[in-house]
Parts: sequence; structure tokens; C-alpha cells
Amino acid sequence: MATKQNIEGMIDSTPIMKDYADIESAATTAIDSKIPEGPVAEKWTNYKAHQKLVNPANKRNLDIIVVGTGLAGASAASTLGEMGFNVLNFCIQDSPRRAHSIAAQGGINAAKNYQNDGDSVYRLFYDTVKGGDFRSREANVYRLAEVSNNIIDQCVQQGVPFAREYGGTLANRSFGGAQVSRTFYAKGQTGQQLLLGAYASLNRQINKGTVKSYNRREMLDVVIIDGRARGIIVRNLVTGEIERYAAHAVVLATGGYGRAFFLSTNAMGCNGSAAIQAFKKGAYLSNLAFTQIHPTCIPVHGEDQSKLTLMSESLRNDGRIWVPKKKEDAEAIRAGKMKPTDIPDEDRDFYLERRYPAFGNLCPRDIASRAAKERCDAGYGVGTGNAVYLDFKYAIQRLGEDVVRDRYGNLFEMYEMISDDNPYETPMMIFPASHYTMGGIWVDYELQTSVKGLFAIGECNFSDHGANRLGASALMQGLADGYFVLPYTMQNYLSDQIKVPHFTTDAPEFDKAEADVRARIERLMNIKGTKSPDEIHKHLGHVMWDLVGMGRTLQSLVNALDAVEEVRKEFYSDLRIVGKADDLNTELEKALRLEDFLVMAKMMAIDALHRNESCGAHFREEYQTADGEAARNDEEYMYVSCWKYTGDDEKPVLLKEPLKYEAIQVQTRNYKS
Amino acid sequence: MEKTISVNLKIWRQRGPKAKGQFVNYRLENVSTGSSFLEMLDMLNQQLVEKGEEPVVFDSDCREGICGMCSLYINGHPHGPVQGITTCQLHMRKFKNNDTITIEPWRSAAFPVIRDLMVDRNAFDKIQQAGGYTSFNCGAAPDANATPISKEVADIAMDSATCIGCGACVAACKNGSAMLFVSAKVSQFALLPQGQVERARRARAMVKKMDELGFGNCTNTGACAAECPKNIPLSNIARLNREFIKAKLKD
Repeated sequence: MATKQNIEGMIDSTPIMKDYADIESAATTAIDSKIPEGPVAEKWTNYKAHQKLVNPANKRNLDIIVVGTGLAGASAASTLGEMGFNVLNFCIQDSPRRAHSIAAQGGINAAKNYQNDGDSVYRLFYDTVKGGDFRSREANVYRLAEVSNNIIDQCVQQGVPFAREYGGTLANRSFGGAQVSRTFYAKGQTGQQLLLGAYASLNRQINKGTVKSYNRREMLDVVIIDGRARGIIVRNLVTGEIERYAAHAVVLATGGYGRAFFLSTNAMGCNGSAAIQAFKKGAYLSNLAFTQIHPTCIPVHGEDQSKLTLMSESLRNDGRIWVPKKKEDAEAIRAGKMKPTDIPDEDRDFYLERRYPAFGNLCPRDIASRAAKERCDAGYGVGTGNAVYLDFKYAIQRLGEDVVRDRYGNLFEMYEMISDDNPYETPMMIFPASHYTMGGIWVDYELQTSVKGLFAIGECNFSDHGANRLGASALMQGLADGYFVLPYTMQNYLSDQIKVPHFTTDAPEFDKAEADVRARIERLMNIKGTKSPDEIHKHLGHVMWDLVGMGRTLQSLVNALDAVEEVRKEFYSDLRIVGKADDLNTELEKALRLEDFLVMAKMMAIDALHRNESCGAHFREEYQTADGEAARNDEEYMYVSCWKYTGDDEKPVLLKEPLKYEAIQVQTRNYKS
Repeated sequence: MEKTISVNLKIWRQRGPKAKGQFVNYRLENVSTGSSFLEMLDMLNQQLVEKGEEPVVFDSDCREGICGMCSLYINGHPHGPVQGITTCQLHMRKFKNNDTITIEPWRSAAFPVIRDLMVDRNAFDKIQQAGGYTSFNCGAAPDANATPISKEVADIAMDSATCIGCGACVAACKNGSAMLFVSAKVSQFALLPQGQVERARRARAMVKKMDELGFGNCTNTGACAAECPKNIPLSNIARLNREFIKAKLKD
């Protein structure tokens, strides 16, 4: 472990660190997060009571672009359409229904307290702020908890077939970081069902003509006119044509940047490009160091692997996580000389139950991931050495195989298909993998970025999860933003825009943006090197996983900045894109996304480097307590980092939004007792 | 350590919807049997790119069997020879060394080929837009527990709602019928109390749109359900037929 002294030594001896050490001195602009006055429980009610509205006749004269059709994008587009705005909705897939929200398995949280176990809006709010390790904005999280109940009502009315009890009421289960059962679910396919619900509402609006749907199109730039976002430039992925679209406001709902690690649970097309385009046009990026490494994924099988598969956190309700207690047992298992079922209970180390008795296997994701890494690093890992067991033997003994099959059958089948092991007979092997990004585009209370008229919702903004997201909260946030928050705050923004006529795409700003996009594509096409985008992306992924992954140090991050720079040089000197630019070209799509991931990767490392503390998913090994827990530094780092773009080869400027906790007493996270 | 195999690939290549397509043969060595089928195609594409050739275009996104994007017709079966899975869930351990694997796009009049193995399934969206929803505005919903729904009904509705909209049913059908897809959505809403108000209108509108878009008629061969990666049962089609007749009787 690095000591304070040798960290200072490193700062002196490492030029690049010096380069970033003075970064804070550049902070000048004040951050206005527009949080309403009053007690936290009344802020949203007050906001809605006093915000400006747009009357129905004027709504139809206002155009809104929504980029993305996941839970946030589809729910926002459909709801804005229902209100009467003209909505233009874009996605990169062949249909809005395929956005990656579809893959969320476990569930969605709400403070309904249907189980009568003491849940409330305050408790959901409290758990979320605490789960986020006191790095999220109190007012936003309270609002999230407040509207959570409306989401469930909305989805049931849409015909989402949530799981039910025999009496006909909705069923719940528990997720990590909570002591109540507040998670609503539809088998292991909750994301699918919620997205199909939003897609259905969207289809209704498409049928009515309020929403126009543009599929297989990727946003490549935001167009700013007189300081306001007024349009986008997109590439038609079928024809390769560059297209222009104009509107009064632009909403980004483009998901997270987890594929900066190359291997992740994200879909192949997930990318951080829209966030980087917004960044280059003046939107701040926040808390990029906070990337969630999900504890229960199927371990990596080899170099040709394209993605990792998540096994739902809900499995931790009934599965027990362990590694062998004896190193020689772990070694024998890795050598194939022993099977997990050969190890008696007394020789199994249920390390989560041992370290966190109060929450046990249901402790939050960051903690569970780190604990797995700790055991594997110490030599107790199984499989390739980078895996731990998730065992259902005990649940099957307690509940019977039928009950376990009913609860998790489809997940078990998925596991068997990929690993060729039967989890009813032998424990599953799991290992952490990149899954979700808490950081993202900075937004104020109204979900507006630092660029006027440019909004960001869902995973692509930084807003509600602090340094760690609790399970079943991503679906909640996406739908809260899209159904219940943005449609209100958007009106507050548009209320003084009612006299602004429809924009055309002839403006010089569109000419310039399109020319820039064309120049960018031409530059990449003309490198004519030898390496495919995927090859270079894998290099970047290794750098990010090894140096900006679950455990970070000052030195690893300094090395990461050098290594990302090397990959960047490789990209600009040796990239090869076969095919043509003005045609369907999947290699060009990958190259454009990778170019933006290179910027994102650098920003992630810089953010992790500047945050000299451990909190939530951001674990700087220098900053830990005697028993290996994250050591926060509230005095110096209780703020949202907001990075401002100053040029491709310039240092970004750091601005800070201080976090104030009024309704919750700040404390050290404790899941032990 | 994992085994590796070598395979002979016969892949359909086609520049565009109007272009003439053809099979092209490729040989791929050292494929890890732990790889997925699509990772095998990634390997092939990497090798094509290294030779300066254009990669084989195919759709894929989530790679865990839920988004419905992947759509390959492998050795005469949509999503390959293993039942109950999507293409992305197929693993190379299901093939033997030196196997010849034939890969084609979905073939249906309603799904024109865009390039190689990528097809246009926009017709499915259009059918959903015609009526695959409950008409109410956000914010107007009553409490979620106000209307109890029996577990059995909720479970059957869930089974219907599981459809991923991949189009395998259409690709499997000799008539290119979309009945399984349409019936799954109509069933979900016909079963649930929230779907009752528009029950007849929905069945009429979705069937009408399906017919307009050039999908074939259903002749009850059951190929769709046999090839469905989500095991959507044929009983949905029976339910749709009942719903449609009831709706027509009301006219």
C-alpha cells in the first residue's frame, strides 16, 4: 500500500501527475444546480407548483429531439408526445425496442411498502444516498424516491406483467443495500417488460403522429445556435448519409460508457459518443471515475470474447457466495483435481457473510465486487483464479428445486448455455465485470446540461446514484427521468421559446457541424493502417481494466494516462477501416465510437486521479481503513467533479458542485451491523 | 484448457435489397468451443478485415438473448439447430471439427435484405404501432394494486410478453406469416384487465396491418413455435383467432 510520503514522492517524480496536480486552480465558474428552496420533501412539489408551463396550442409548435430509445429515451419521447410536443426520436438499433435497457434482469425499486416491512419514500431516498456513498445530490434522489411509486402504477396500466402473489397483488423481492423488499420484477426480464411498456406508449404516439421514429441512425454532433442546442447531425447507418435534424431542444438518453473497458455487460453498440460530443460543445462531464463493476457476471473465457454476461443480482437473495477456506483446496480446484462439491461446508469461506453479517450476500455491488477481488488476489479464486462460487445448494435444501427453478429458472438456463455447467448440481462461477456508469453528463435539477436546451436523462447523466448504484435503481431512474421529471422541466425551459419558429437545417451552424463531421470521418478513413477498430478497442480495454478498474492507485492512474495516450497514437497512426464512408460500414461505426471512448478513457483516468479518496465504486488503494473498507475524505471531496472541455490536447478544467446534506446525516457506510 | 475446432462456412453475401446474392465459402481455423457463434463470426470478420475485405454484415447487440437483434438462419434453422435460444446464445461446442455451417439471412418478403445477413424488420414495428398498447396518458394510472390479477393470468400474460420480436417465426414459416408475433402481443393484452377496453379494436388493427405489410397466411404448421427462441406457444395463435372472430362479430 502506498503511504502518504511515497505518494508525494510520486507527484514529484512523475511529470504527468504534476501536470494534473494544479488542475483545481483553474476552477472559476460557479455551478448552479438550480435546486429549489425548502425542505427536501417539498422541493419537487414546490417546483411543479411554480414552474412555467406551455399551453397545448403552443406545444404543437415546439420540436424536441430525443436521442435514444431505452427506458429514459422511450418514456420521455412518448410522454412529451402525449403532451402534444413534436418529438423526433432516434436510435442506433433497427427498432426502438432493442435499446440495451431490454437486458436488465432483476427488477425496479419503488417505495410502495406493499410488503408492510417499513418502507417509505424517505427510506428509499436514504438507502440510495447511503448506497451512493454520499456523493449524490440529495434533492434529486428524494425526487427519484418520490416518483418511484408512480412508475409502478404507470407500468401496470401499460400491461407490464409483473410477478404477482396468489392473492393477485404485486410480488416483491430484495436487492442489495436494502433491508426491505421493494423490488418489483417480471421473471428475470424486468428491463425487457418495462422497455416494451415504454415502447408500446411510444408506438401509440408514433401512430398518432406526435413522435417520428428514426432507426439505425447515430448522432455524431450537437448543433448549437446562439448558445442553445438546436439540432443534431446523424449518420444514417444503412446508407452512410449524413443527415441534419433541427428542434427547439435536444435530449440525450444515450446510456453509459461502460464499454470503455471493452469487455462489459453492455451491448455491442453501447457507447459514450453522444456524451463526448456534448462535452466538446460545452456540457460538463461529472464523476467519471464512478463506474460500477457488477459482482455477479460469468467469468471471461478467452481472448476472443466479445462481451460478458451478467447474472442478475436477484440471485444473491438465495445464493451464497464462497471460496475455499484453504489455499490448497483452491489450488486443487484450479488444477482440476477437485470439484467444489468435494469441499465440506466447514472448509468454505462465505466471505460476505463473514465480513458483513448484517447484509451478508446482499451487501451493495461495489463492496461485493471488491470482496471477490480481494479473495482472488489473495489466491483463493477458483476457475481461472478469477472467479468465486455462487451456490444454490442451500436454497435447494431449504426451498426445494421447484421453488428455485420458478424464481431463477431462466437465469440458470442462461448460465448453463454459456458455461456448460448445471447450477442445480454444481455452484455457479462468477466474477465482477464493468456494468453501469454512475458518472456521466452533468445536469442540474431540471436535467439540463451546462449547455442551454441540451438535456441528459437516464444512465448518460451523472445525477442520482452517487459513487455506487444500488440494484434495481437504474430502471427506476430511467423511467423517473423520462415519465415524470423531464416532461415537467422541459416545459419550464420551453415556456419562453413559444415564439421561436420551427428551425430549419439551412443555418450556417448546421453547415459547419456537418462539415466537421465529414472531416472527422475522412480523417479516420484516410489513416489506412493495419489494425481493426476492435483490435485497438481491446488494447484500450486491457489498459482500463488493469489500471482504472476495481482497485486504483495513484501510480496505476498515472500509468493509465500514458497507456491511453499510447493507444490513442496507435489509433491515429495504424487504424484501418475497410469499405467506404458513404455506405453501410460497421467498421466505421466502431471506429467513430472508439475515437470517443479514447477521450472518455482519458477523462475517467483524470477524474479517478484527482479524487484522492475512496468512495463507493471508486476505490483508491491508498485510501482504505484498517479492515480494507473505503476511506472517504468528506472534507476535501464532498463534491461533484465537473469537467469542462478546453480543446483536444488541452487539460480539462475542473469545476466543483459542493454536495450539501440536510435531510440525511452523513456517516461512514456500514453494512456490517 | 478449451478445445478448438475448425469449420467451413457457407455464408450468404448480398450488397443490397435489389442486388443478386450468393453463397461465399470461408474456412476458419482454431475456433475455441467456448466461443459463441457470433464471436466465431467476429473472428472471421477480423480475418477478412486483415485481408482488406469487407466484413460480413450481421445484426447483433445485447449478445445475451434478449434484444432480438441477431437473426441468422443457420443450417436450415432460424437461430441455429439448438431449440429455445437466439443466435447469440449458440456456442461453438455444439459443432464438430470440420463441420460445414450454412448461414443465411431471414428470408421473407416482408423482411428485405439490407446487406449480407442483415434484414429490415421495420414491418414488426408498424404492426405494433397499429395497436400494440393500452391508450392512456402518463400520470393517469390508478394505484398498481387497485386491480388484483391472479398469478396464473399474470404468468400466462408474461409468457406471451416474452416475445423478443426477432422474426424467427416469420423466417421459419413457409408462408412467411407473422401470426405468432402478432398473437403474442394481442394475447398479453387480452389476458390482462388493463387491455380489455381496446381488446377488439386492437386485434382488428394489428391483423389488418399485418395483412397490409405482405406477411403470409397462417396454415397452422407450427414451425414458428418450434423455432421460437423464447418458446412462445401456439396457443397464442388460437387465442388471436378467437379474438379476431369476436371482434369481427361486433362489427
